[in-house]
Amino acid sequence: MSGRAQMNIVIVGHVDHGKSTVIGRLLADTGTLPKGKLEAVRESCRRNSKPFEYAFLLDALKDEQAQGITIDMARCFFKTAARDYIIIDAPGHIEFLKNMITGASRADSALLVIDADEGIKENSKRHGQMMSMLGVKQVTVLANKMDLVGFSEEVFEKLKTDYTAFLSQINVTPISFIPVSAREGDNIASISQRMPWYKGFTVLEQLDQFVSDKELEEKPFRFPVQDIYKFTRSNDDRRIIAGTVAAGSVQVGDEVLFLPSGKTSVIQSVESFNTAPKGRSTAGEPAGFTLTTQIYIRPGELMVKPSDPKPEVGSRFRVNLFWLGRAPMIRQKEYKLKLGSARATVRLAEICTTLDASDLTSSKSKQQIDCRDVSECILETTRPIAFDTTVISEATGRFVIVDNYEIAGGGSVVENLSAGESLLQQHIRDRESHWEAGLIRAEQRAEVNRHRAKFIVFTGVPGTGKRVVAKALEQGLFLNGMSAYYLGVANINRGLDADLGSRADSAGERLRRIGELARILTDAGLLFITTIDDADDYDIETLKALNEPNDILVVNMGENGFLRYQSDLQVPHLDDLADAVKQVTDLLKSREIIMDYQI
Amino acid sequence: MDHLYKLEAQSVYILREAYREFKSLCMLWSIGKDSTVMLWLARKAFFGHVPIPLVHIDTHYKIPEMIEYRDHFALEWNLNMIYGENCEALAGKLTFPDGNTDRITCCKYLKSEALKHTLSGEWPRYRMDHELRRYVQDEGRDPYTGVIVGVRADEEGSRSKERYFSPRDKDNVWDVGDQPPEFWNQFKTDFAPGTHVRIHPLLDWTEQNIWEYIEREKIPVVSLYFNQGEGIRYRSLGCYPCTNPVNSEARTVPEIIDELKSGKFSNIAERSGRAQDAEDGGLETLRRDGYM
Repeated sequence: MSGRAQMNIVIVGHVDHGKSTVIGRLLADTGTLPKGKLEAVRESCRRNSKPFEYAFLLDALKDEQAQGITIDMARCFFKTAARDYIIIDAPGHIEFLKNMITGASRADSALLVIDADEGIKENSKRHGQMMSMLGVKQVTVLANKMDLVGFSEEVFEKLKTDYTAFLSQINVTPISFIPVSAREGDNIASISQRMPWYKGFTVLEQLDQFVSDKELEEKPFRFPVQDIYKFTRSNDDRRIIAGTVAAGSVQVGDEVLFLPSGKTSVIQSVESFNTAPKGRSTAGEPAGFTLTTQIYIRPGELMVKPSDPKPEVGSRFRVNLFWLGRAPMIRQKEYKLKLGSARATVRLAEICTTLDASDLTSSKSKQQIDCRDVSECILETTRPIAFDTTVISEATGRFVIVDNYEIAGGGSVVENLSAGESLLQQHIRDRESHWEAGLIRAEQRAEVNRHRAKFIVFTGVPGTGKRVVAKALEQGLFLNGMSAYYLGVANINRGLDADLGSRADSAGERLRRIGELARILTDAGLLFITTIDDADDYDIETLKALNEPNDILVVNMGENGFLRYQSDLQVPHLDDLADAVKQVTDLLKSREIIMDYQI
Repeated sequence: MDHLYKLEAQSVYILREAYREFKSLCMLWSIGKDSTVMLWLARKAFFGHVPIPLVHIDTHYKIPEMIEYRDHFALEWNLNMIYGENCEALAGKLTFPDGNTDRITCCKYLKSEALKHTLSGEWPRYRMDHELRRYVQDEGRDPYTGVIVGVRADEEGSRSKERYFSPRDKDNVWDVGDQPPEFWNQFKTDFAPGTHVRIHPLLDWTEQNIWEYIEREKIPVVSLYFNQGEGIRYRSLGCYPCTNPVNSEARTVPEIIDELKSGKFSNIAERSGRAQDAEDGGLETLRRDGYM
């Protein structure tokens, strides 16, 4: 029934330690198997002359049965008197760590299965560590196959002591240890008569003790802006800020602050379809808001309440990170970072320590982060993002890293380090200190050209006529004898940026190349004109920095994406092309870039 | 928040994420209850609008009520409605009802092949013209790079292995053994040219959840799902030669829910009325080939 509570649990542990058997047993003992399923599996075993195992119930796929290992998390459902469970089986085999993480990240709690006979293995440790990294707080350890060790209390206690010692090194405290035999059914649904020394819960009792739902509603309000909708073509003029409330709550009339842009407004309405009118929205709800003022914000910002504790804003931060990619994470490369609804180009700036999760040896000298490493390192994004360092919700403190179309790593932000010199600043300092100038000075070029060099950028949302004005400006300047050049940004995509393809992580590099081009072309004395869609403060500050020591002039058309940055000229609408061009040339004259008599 | 609200929230989040990240996106609407719930969730996600084209593969063997229903709501909800078909196989009568193929091959031709080529834009697409109130050939031929599909993990073994965002390579192949990781609600939204991603907003829903949501939201579904007095109804919809009704007295949504919860269907597979599943390889073979 829908009103019943529900919990996702994950079963993890080393390969062959009995995870699937635990699940098969839970399904069978709670009577939740579909009619005929158990018989069908028994029949198939009989036909193939192999002993029946509960694990076979889960082996839904052919190639999985062929390999005899669980390759992915299968989802099963079962019920107890207390609630419904979605049980996620996660593969123990090391090759399938990605699948294990996928399963475990959806879990509210975990059962970690260790073979009492074989003892603690590599993945017993690795999975323990991953539960901690993924934020699964409630972990119970099942000492399985107790039948193989004669239901020995001594074996159980030793396993408990050893594994507790391991977990304490990574700051994990398990809720409990339960000695079981999944194959025989001991301590799964009913208490075992064969281990009278054990006084704790059965597995089912323990599951029902776990606490569901984190208390997100009481936390500070956090709303990652997923998108901004305006369905004008369907005659709907609402401009709706859409997303899911990650934590806390907000109501009509509340003042809200968007980060990193710093813009503020007030909630005008809470929007929804086919519900009673709402005045409030709380954690977990997919929501939509309209604001009392028309401010320009983009997807990826974090909406908060100024009255709450504020999140951090920064572009350089210390993180804990685990890596799953086949290719290692290296320093010279750009990646894409996704944190909540924010996306940013990111680089690995420094590796502090790297931990091998299987034996817990740590290294301070590694130059790259290899597959399955867990590392403390420093990342730097090309533009600031908003985040929380204490975990308020997954959406504001945890991130994934995309390498060449694939999610290749994940982690959480530990500390904001934005005060230091950025990679961009280091790069520009390095470039300028090695710049080899020719024999001609900028003033000489200006004298011969009869104008100074300038990097002229048209900004604003798409469709405002930026390119039309930019081209007309180039033409006007050129026909008056000046060295002006208009560059269509699309030309770079197929040329200079061809190596970047459609890669997701290339936004920062694309911007850098435009900035480097501007540095060269303005050095050559040109009036270099181009357009950038949707530029914000950070885009322009980056271009300005890259173009230094030369000058930039920013003309914004239409809606303004800047908060701090003052564009040199604001053209609200393109009504009259000649007039727009004149406004720019007038500005160039007043700034003494071009001379009065020239036009 | 109760369980249905949580399911709804996650599906809405997935739909919005897909809409944000995929420029060429479509949603498959089979007219069945699951994809109709998905369509309703899109109206939730986009505040009454459906800014994503809906694609239906018409085998021309669909039960007629299904097509009437499709066109009625395409007009009423202002949907960007598109259908595709395998006109060659239909013209050449290469179908099971014509006696020229087995069931699985028929599915492959009329559904898998038609779907593949409609998505890629190689075969004609027909779009509902809301002024003419009929279908016209669509000029859009761009391949869809994001395809939203209403599969559920509880339906059948292979579907329980799916991700919310599941990549398919150039040949539509699903590499079930090597899927991208998915955690903290971050999905595979970046993809290489030539590949596409299937998006599954209903993965965590059960058949019962679907009916409970239909009841809560009062979503109109095809009348075929209900007993019209003859003591039979359809539990799963498909082509009439291969889909059989089940014996059931349920005339209303609450009666269906009751039947699923405690009654006669509580332990019988939903697709038991779908004949193609019983043939060799069944749904899994079809799915590897691109069947939804």
